[in-house]
Amino acid sequence: MSAARLDTNASGRWLGLYVLAYLVFLYLPILLIPLFSFNNSIQAAFPLQGFTLEWYRTLYGNPALSGALANSLVIGAIAASGATLCGITVSYMDLYGRSPLAAAVSAIARLPILIPGVIVGISLLILVNLIGLGPSRIAIVLGHILVALPTTVVVMRSRFAAIPKTIREAALDLGASDWTTFRRVMLPLSAPAVLSAFMLAFLISFDEFIVVFFLAGTQPTLPLYIWSQLRFPRSLPTVMALGTVILTVSFIIAGIAEMLRHRGLGAARRPATANPA
Amino acid sequence: MSIIVAARPSPEARTSPAFRFAMLLPGGLVTFFLILFALGLVIFLAFRSNDGSLLGAGLTVENFVTVATDPLYWTVTLRSLVIAGLVTLATVVTAYPVAYYLAFHADRRRNLLLFLVTLPFWTSYLLRVFAWKIVLAYNGVLNSALIESHIWSEPTLAFLNTPAAVVVTLAHAYAPFAILPIYVALDTIPKSLLEAASDLGARPFTSFRRVVLPNSMPGVLAAALVVFVPTVGDYVTPAMVGGPSSTMIGTLIQSQFGKANDWPFGAALSVCVMLVILCVVLVARGADRRFGSRA
Repeated sequence: MSAARLDTNASGRWLGLYVLAYLVFLYLPILLIPLFSFNNSIQAAFPLQGFTLEWYRTLYGNPALSGALANSLVIGAIAASGATLCGITVSYMDLYGRSPLAAAVSAIARLPILIPGVIVGISLLILVNLIGLGPSRIAIVLGHILVALPTTVVVMRSRFAAIPKTIREAALDLGASDWTTFRRVMLPLSAPAVLSAFMLAFLISFDEFIVVFFLAGTQPTLPLYIWSQLRFPRSLPTVMALGTVILTVSFIIAGIAEMLRHRGLGAARRPATANPA
Repeated sequence: MSIIVAARPSPEARTSPAFRFAMLLPGGLVTFFLILFALGLVIFLAFRSNDGSLLGAGLTVENFVTVATDPLYWTVTLRSLVIAGLVTLATVVTAYPVAYYLAFHADRRRNLLLFLVTLPFWTSYLLRVFAWKIVLAYNGVLNSALIESHIWSEPTLAFLNTPAAVVVTLAHAYAPFAILPIYVALDTIPKSLLEAASDLGARPFTSFRRVVLPNSMPGVLAAALVVFVPTVGDYVTPAMVGGPSSTMIGTLIQSQFGKANDWPFGAALSVCVMLVILCVVLVARGADRRFGSRA
């Protein structure tokens, strides 16, 4: 027994080193972007030339960039709201609706994970052209709701499932209607997950490229703006400065979403075991 | 017992029709119109011939005949499958030890490590691919670092615009997708199984091969699926680091809806991709059932 434990400790140490190397592989390429965004050269190559904030300065007062940013923020907020609303209702009905229809809707809502982005893009392009919308911001919002939907459904579903069944039953037994139970009991109990689902949906929309590539009309989003800039070697340092800002903000939002998700799960377990006094 | 159950109506039975309707409405609309109807349109369009109009004309299988007979489409389809297969293999094999460490050795660092490996997924995919471009370029990071450290004397063109560049970049991009499902599968293996194996005299490697690995196969299959699906139709990575020698099916589909302006043919290519994915899903399901019965 002690020999076996010794062995797992040794293999654990090797595995630990492997995980460390893996994290380096994961983060090293990404960290090059902030590194070169401060480099005083158009070329992204070693040796580093010198420290500069010039590339960040070019970000200010760029109407194309601020337009794309505003577009991304508006689309992200609307699409994330839509995806979160659908994620809440779809997973709630899946778990408590007890109807084959609700289960089918939930299964189909998670289907876009199994469809490559290119196909999501073209199917919506055909759809919006058919109903006469054409490439537009509304089309992008619809596309982003679709792309973010599997995530919001999965987040909300695991959250609702973690709430003890007895809480909902108690509310119903005490005479609360479905609406009251949902609005006053289930929704507040899952509030951190709702916020987490919204943030993750926003990040997905903010980052999404291929659907926008098919559906964008005259107003590009931020990823599309970056894509258009990547063709010009002269604008690469500016892209890296912009990329640094995006990476930083994304890291912060993802961190908060993660914290909320864990806090939510902790709070979910508490009412089941807490002393009623 | 049955009397008590009958006396207290189950909460589910009380859901009012109005509540059910309102709660199913948003999700129902989205899943029906945006997913089922839109995908149905793609399939419909694939059987039409291109006459310049939005939904094409007639009913024909000509598009599929072209896909099946023109060697160009075969080459690109096979290449997409091979690249996606290699990416899946590389991602799953490199992710497995990470998931294993998370499940069996991480202890208090587990949540932090889980967060660290998933964090890159929430940041810009476009920027991550771009990062690999600046690593692999002719006057890029790798070449300049090799020359600076006197390992190399001249920059090489061999890194960028190769299928290998596409594989590395995609394996990097989809790493978090692979780690999570494998970790979840490993984490559900009861520790008592491992203790039993060791008590029965199994060496660590034997208990890994005979207990841990078979029990984690559902996670491995799920990981392979979530890496393979977005990879096989990927557009950004082949376009940015692949060069002309690694054109993939996503690029072909895009060009049919762009420059070539032959939407029915692009739809047919998409249907083929979906069929391939369907086959892969069915194979994975079959394998999952086999491992499920053995465990």
